[in-house]
Amino acid sequence: MGIQAIQAKTLAKKVMNQENFFILDVRNEEQFKDWKVEGKNVEIMNKPYFELLDGVESIAEEIPTDKEVIVVCAKEGSSQFVADQLAEEIGGEFFYLEGGMKTWSEHLEPVKVGDLDGGGELYQFVRIGKGCLSYAVISDGEAAIVDPVRLTDAYTSFFEEKNVQLKHAIDTHLHADHVSGGRTLAEMFDAVYWLPSADATEVTFSYQPLEGETTINVGETNIDIQALYSPGHTIGSTSLIVDNKYLLTGDILFVDSIGRPDLAGKAEDWVGDLRDTLYNRYVDLDEQLIVLPAHFSKKEELDENGRVMAPLKELYARNHGLNIEEEETFRKTVTENLPPQPNSYETIRHTNMGATFPSEEEQTEMEIGPNRCAISS
Amino acid sequence: MSMKVNETVDAKGLACPMPIVKTKKAIESIHAGEVLEVQATDRGSLADLQGWAKTTGHEYVGSKEKSDVLYHYVRKADPEETKAVEPFPNEENNEQLKAVQNQDDVTILDVREPAEFAFSHIPGAVSVPLGELEEKMNELDASKNIHVVCRTGNRSSMAAQMLKDKGFDKVVNVNPGMSEWDGPTESIE
Repeated sequence: MGIQAIQAKTLAKKVMNQENFFILDVRNEEQFKDWKVEGKNVEIMNKPYFELLDGVESIAEEIPTDKEVIVVCAKEGSSQFVADQLAEEIGGEFFYLEGGMKTWSEHLEPVKVGDLDGGGELYQFVRIGKGCLSYAVISDGEAAIVDPVRLTDAYTSFFEEKNVQLKHAIDTHLHADHVSGGRTLAEMFDAVYWLPSADATEVTFSYQPLEGETTINVGETNIDIQALYSPGHTIGSTSLIVDNKYLLTGDILFVDSIGRPDLAGKAEDWVGDLRDTLYNRYVDLDEQLIVLPAHFSKKEELDENGRVMAPLKELYARNHGLNIEEEETFRKTVTENLPPQPNSYETIRHTNMGATFPSEEEQTEMEIGPNRCAISS
Repeated sequence: MSMKVNETVDAKGLACPMPIVKTKKAIESIHAGEVLEVQATDRGSLADLQGWAKTTGHEYVGSKEKSDVLYHYVRKADPEETKAVEPFPNEENNEQLKAVQNQDDVTILDVREPAEFAFSHIPGAVSVPLGELEEKMNELDASKNIHVVCRTGNRSSMAAQMLKDKGFDKVVNVNPGMSEWDGPTESIE
């Protein structure tokens, strides 16, 4: 009997393994509505801790006794407080999430996507609490990283474990939902930082322009990363084709939805580009390519290994955003009734341009909440 | 702005749940209708205190920030205010007040607590909290039409009655008052 801390890493494994457990989220209702731990077999209940200051009797009957109960809050303190009360009132073991939703938002879990030519490998980093996906291509002791988030520790320990040297850090576009780790990683490892020049008109740093038809090599066996100009989410958005097998779509195309064109305030200007990319440029590609997006928005998008991926062919069959015949309907869908914009998206864009320098703590605060880069309909 | 309050809670440097635990304890020690200042550095305290006030019925008056410290103001729920009080005979609604608020012979008397007044009040209103009205009554000009306002019309009704009992004969109670006021307001910085 008592309480025990559970780490974000362990919780992430549970979610990805689709385990069955119960979460009592004691943050306030607004925060809960905005964003929470989601998993296929997760049962979740919200009761703000400040309604439980006098005890947990009021909810005792709603807490299951036949499965693990994990209490979560914003940072940790309140979940520990409530878990304590539950242990006292009900008896048995109760868990609380170490570091709270703040840590959950920042946890990255690497999962292998597949093997590449000549012994290379492709990994997907799932930031499960936030829905961000980033990628590592490794081959012959070298690595390229695509759309990395600012939490560079997860990547550096991965590079160490795999014994690879980072050579290329690539951002497929200027991100608006999270602070990029691309430049930091490039500086740390003396690697090349790639960014589409059309997205870089206001940046304050130097970079290698990522243009269509550029080829980037990783390792001696030459894993090809081919750049494909695919504007729409941003004017510079560029997709990457890895080893002629995988299509890294950035924020243009997701498994269950498509990108939104409005995060730089240019929905009307960019909607035509988005249409052209999804209904022309991508259509010309090999339909066997496996789509690897930079985000997911629903837990159902994770497969049984915790990965987010699907063949292009399948997406053309079932992704609603790829099946809107009328151009006018498409225009309306992606410019009207958009979901709310990601938290602090303007500050995040400016940070990624090198125009503002928020502290570590401020960056955490800016990124709290869902990514909201997609239009799902 | 420096604000007159009845009690102060120092929760600086403390993480949740402590700011609310301390607030809850402190509010038990003050009288209904009095105001508590909570100093906190935990950013989460803002939404949580508002949520807590909503579930407990206390009034979340407002907050301000100064050198990374959040100052929250909470007014303890007053059961008297939710009871139906005998309405003051001479009453007007917010719209009627708006029509005369700028006339020279009108004094708007705001009887809410200083913290409530500081965050938002009608431009030109005079602040005399209900608890101080008795001693400060002689500062009011009895020749003016005195329109008494509070948050919901209850405290002002009591104040209007007090004034009338002391011989002020041109007194109007505003109902409901600031909780539904949609005209211009001012705050004290």
